[in-house]
Amino acid sequence: MKEIFKRNVPGTTEILQKSTVAVAGCGGLGSNAAVALVRSGVGSLILVDFDTVELSNLNRQYYFHNHVGMKKTEALAKLLYDINPDVNLELHSIVLEPQMIEKLFKSADLLIEAFDKAENKQWLIESWCRAFPDRPVVAASGLSGMGRTEAVKVHKGGNIYLCGDEESQAEEGLCAARVAMVANMQANIAVAILTGQEEV
Amino acid sequence: MILVNNRDRVPYTQGMTVQDLLDKMGYSYSLITVTVNGTLVPKEEYDYFVIKDNSSVNVFHLAHGG
Repeated sequence: MKEIFKRNVPGTTEILQKSTVAVAGCGGLGSNAAVALVRSGVGSLILVDFDTVELSNLNRQYYFHNHVGMKKTEALAKLLYDINPDVNLELHSIVLEPQMIEKLFKSADLLIEAFDKAENKQWLIESWCRAFPDRPVVAASGLSGMGRTEAVKVHKGGNIYLCGDEESQAEEGLCAARVAMVANMQANIAVAILTGQEEV
Repeated sequence: MILVNNRDRVPYTQGMTVQDLLDKMGYSYSLITVTVNGTLVPKEEYDYFVIKDNSSVNVFHLAHGG
């Protein structure tokens, strides 16, 4: 086993190395979740985002000044390779559409929904459930503002896991501490599901 | 009895649809995802999907931000 995973939870790295997670959206949620997944030992990620890194992203997204102007998928890939050079990454710098889900995410064991707009979250969750009724989706809703730590929860129904307070809206402003907390909740649920520690 | 969001209990009425339940619960927000006994119910089926007694319904509220 690789030295970087020496302190991992025993028995989990082997399973996670063989797992593929799709991350739809590489902003505040997706970039933070992807970093946690790769550090946890997930072997393959499919990253999707059409956007480029802007200065205004740096208050919460896992990017640095030298990434500004780069495609988010490519900037994130650089970071993830810096953590684990052997991670398998598939990058799609495209605007995701419902009819692409089945083909694009065919090899994914699980989806991290990391979109920004609620209406996009809605069709993504629904398209995933239609395409892959037996595969889990870990989504996020309500991660804006700051504080209110105890309002953040995991809402489960079928194969849908929704992290957040289900209330706060982006207009309140976004704070790294709260966004990353929810992103890491998503990653935490994902690794627990993949290793069989969370009931699906 | 219908269990909503693993928490609230709503009395069952015969022929009750997903939309009836949403109205009863006062959910008027359009950005939601609904599962009945773990299976997704698409938005276009809310008016027709009849909920059986003792079902577990989850209504996920989707807010902006990511």
